[in-house]
Amino acid sequence: MPLPAVNSVLSEVEGQNKACPEPGRRVKGRGLNTRVLIWFFPLAFLGIFFFYPLIRIFTLTLKPSLLLQADTLHITYDALRFTIYQAALSTILTLLLGLPSAYLFARYDFRGKSLLRALTAVPFMLPTVVVAAGFSALLGPRGWMQTLSAFFFPLSAPIPFNFIGTFSAILTAHVFYNTTIVIRIVSNAISRLDPKLEQAARSLGADSRRVWWHVILPLLRPSILAASLLVFLFDFTSFGVILLLGGPGLSTLEVEIYLQSVKYFNLSLAALLSLIQLLCTLIFSILYTRVTSAVTVQTAPRSISSNTRKPHNGRERIFVFAFYLLLITFYVLPLISIPLRSITRLEADRGQRGEVQTGLTTDYYSELFINRRDSVFYVPPIQAARNSLLYASATIILSLALGFPAASALVKPTRFEKILDPILMLPLGASAVTLGLGFIISYGRLLTNPALVPLAHTLVALPFVIRTLQPAIASIPERLRQAAASLGASPFRVWQTVDWQILRRATLSAATFAFTISLGEFGATLLISRPDYPTIPVAIEKFLSQPGGLNYGQAMAMATLLMLLTITCILIIEKLRLPGAGEF
Amino acid sequence: MLELHNIIKSYEGQPLLKNISLKVDSGETICLLGASGSGKSTLLRIIAGLEFSDSGFILWDSIDLSSTPPHLRDFGLVFQDYALFPHLDVFENVAFGLKMKNWNRQKIQERVVETLGLVNLSNFENRKVTDLSGGEQQRVALARALAPRPQLLMFDEPLGALDRALREEVLNELRLILHRTQVPAIYVTHDQEEAFTLADRILLLHNGEIVCEGTPAHVVANPCSAWAAKFLGLGNVINGLKIEGLKVKTEYGRFTLTCKHKHSKGDKVNLLVRPHEARSESNVIRGKVADVNFQQNQFKVTLENGLYVYLKNAPQIGRKIAVKIAVECLE
Repeated sequence: MPLPAVNSVLSEVEGQNKACPEPGRRVKGRGLNTRVLIWFFPLAFLGIFFFYPLIRIFTLTLKPSLLLQADTLHITYDALRFTIYQAALSTILTLLLGLPSAYLFARYDFRGKSLLRALTAVPFMLPTVVVAAGFSALLGPRGWMQTLSAFFFPLSAPIPFNFIGTFSAILTAHVFYNTTIVIRIVSNAISRLDPKLEQAARSLGADSRRVWWHVILPLLRPSILAASLLVFLFDFTSFGVILLLGGPGLSTLEVEIYLQSVKYFNLSLAALLSLIQLLCTLIFSILYTRVTSAVTVQTAPRSISSNTRKPHNGRERIFVFAFYLLLITFYVLPLISIPLRSITRLEADRGQRGEVQTGLTTDYYSELFINRRDSVFYVPPIQAARNSLLYASATIILSLALGFPAASALVKPTRFEKILDPILMLPLGASAVTLGLGFIISYGRLLTNPALVPLAHTLVALPFVIRTLQPAIASIPERLRQAAASLGASPFRVWQTVDWQILRRATLSAATFAFTISLGEFGATLLISRPDYPTIPVAIEKFLSQPGGLNYGQAMAMATLLMLLTITCILIIEKLRLPGAGEF
Repeated sequence: MLELHNIIKSYEGQPLLKNISLKVDSGETICLLGASGSGKSTLLRIIAGLEFSDSGFILWDSIDLSSTPPHLRDFGLVFQDYALFPHLDVFENVAFGLKMKNWNRQKIQERVVETLGLVNLSNFENRKVTDLSGGEQQRVALARALAPRPQLLMFDEPLGALDRALREEVLNELRLILHRTQVPAIYVTHDQEEAFTLADRILLLHNGEIVCEGTPAHVVANPCSAWAAKFLGLGNVINGLKIEGLKVKTEYGRFTLTCKHKHSKGDKVNLLVRPHEARSESNVIRGKVADVNFQQNQFKVTLENGLYVYLKNAPQIGRKIAVKIAVECLE
């Protein structure tokens, strides 16, 4: 999913491994002309594909007649109210699971800890469609729970699982997605708490309840607040989860923008909603930045590892075991349900009204290669995988080509270039659906051109690419270059032997980021992709929304492919992360 | 009155405390002196109830404390890095223990002002603890521990983070305060100067055992092992072979001395060569001067054979000298 405000997470994190600028380091002899050349393409790109569409959205909104319609106000008010309501509730639930889990990770040692931590982080990078498919495969009307309940209570009417399409489904998926944020931020803060503060409080007569209330919670408050705001922001802008798992009447601003622009062709109302959405995310981002700047936790002078220990008594063991089990179940079941469901036939397929066949099957995969006339697409579904890979490759090339010059210029920015940095990050603040809407409004005539999709993906990926490259470029010590040059290396050899050796990992990491984002991007793609050029997420959505066991099975098969691809990418990014680099 | 009986604690399979027993009388300050890693901080945390021993028990006025949680023990604790609550100001830090005892506001106010006066920090009530200097922070930590009138005060290397001049100043204040309040105290340190200044009784901790115990003067006069003599910096510790009667042969020459323990001929013995010139002694060390180091009112003279001695006047480097000196038998 497109992640607004991730830039703050990224910058916060990478601030830690940013190398100190060396004294006496000068900007290499680039004249004004070179600088202009460097900035021309990134800025032109943003101008054409981000700011121009945004301006079009604004001008479309500024019609007084639109604002005066009772209908408009009604829809806007309802959408805004529901958006805030579901985001607030999701945030509270996320905290309920996240805070004890954060404590678990910060204070206890147990077997499989790092694996469990990685597991909780997986959904954050997974495409929304995969998460939606996972919950559908587990709890949906064609899911495992439904089947199991029918199996165990064969005589009575099977208990219908009315989970998909409910408010609870949205909340569960949001918790699933965002708990990792609370875990990372808060457990980090807990493990940085000096254990002596707790000991001092206890020796001064505070029982464990009062230690929490008077010492630990006040010290953690900024971190908890920061995590909550970030989670709220993600829940506020969530699109895929609500579109795929929600139902009628459960329409957030994002979904309403989509519906108004695609289903009702009321572009001006969609534009108005986009504007409100943009303002809200802006406010929350500013709040978040303020809160994080206030995060100062008393740091323990010892190493972090000394704060963790094995659970001692029965109560601690029960706590650790219970949360271990809870997290494993919560995170593994939806994810494992997809591949299992993709190879299992649970119900009658097309033309088999009578006897229900159950058993293992590879049909769903082989069907992907067949172009059926009554299929959702005009092409074999596997084409979607080909399209996705093509788009992702184009996104890599484009975002690296634009990101490299921008990132290297930002390492040693002039006063003017300092203003450009937040401008480059701005696309993160706009929701994916807004981006898509802007494309429709501005380049409606070009929508037949499939090249629009990688352009939109690049908009989303570019901030990540820049934020990955920039610290790596900054970390190259000028002294190394000078040393190489003084030993007789030509400028190209210097670049080859010094810069590239250090940038290789970061480049690969940035490319993988771009690849992953493009693979999973759903909101913008759904609006601008052509039906005969679907991407994997769009295909999954189409399959899920069609009736029939075969369509459902194919959705599962596609989701399995996408999940495997994404998890591979996550592993690559993890492997490439610079040693000592922070979270995310 | 605190009593420890046979405290045993191991950490990750390694024995850390082996059979520790000790007693603190009312109004007494004892110092646990030992190298870092000797388990002295762990012992403090066990007494405070923040950690548990593998076996042994702790008595307060003959009542077993093993089932008393730390917050009900009424033992004050002062840490090396102060551990002040960063989200509270000076007043609130000092008032913390009083609030936990549910004192009323009036009484808290009076007691905090009184305690801050005791540690020379009057009018610091509304300062942020993060704005204070190291010495001031340590005084706040002391006031915080003193305010609830604990039955026992425990100090875990409280002056370790302060520079030398400040350390002396705070140390003297601490000594006065402990005398005035008459709180029994356990003071953990690796610095023998601190221990000598504060302690009514010193306990030397080595490899998880109390190897030496007594008043500072007693411990200096009768170091109970070669390790203790070395750790306290009492002089040159050398080993020798007993030859006959009162004579011991060493690589630095033969010495005549009396040992408390009976040694027979051929036994190995550890000797302490006190580094002060003593004209009434019969033992003499000889050697070429290798280094002369001026220290306040005397010179530390190191000989080429490695022995050192303090002299009033500086000899020339390279000269051969002979110094009359006290040699004692260790163990």
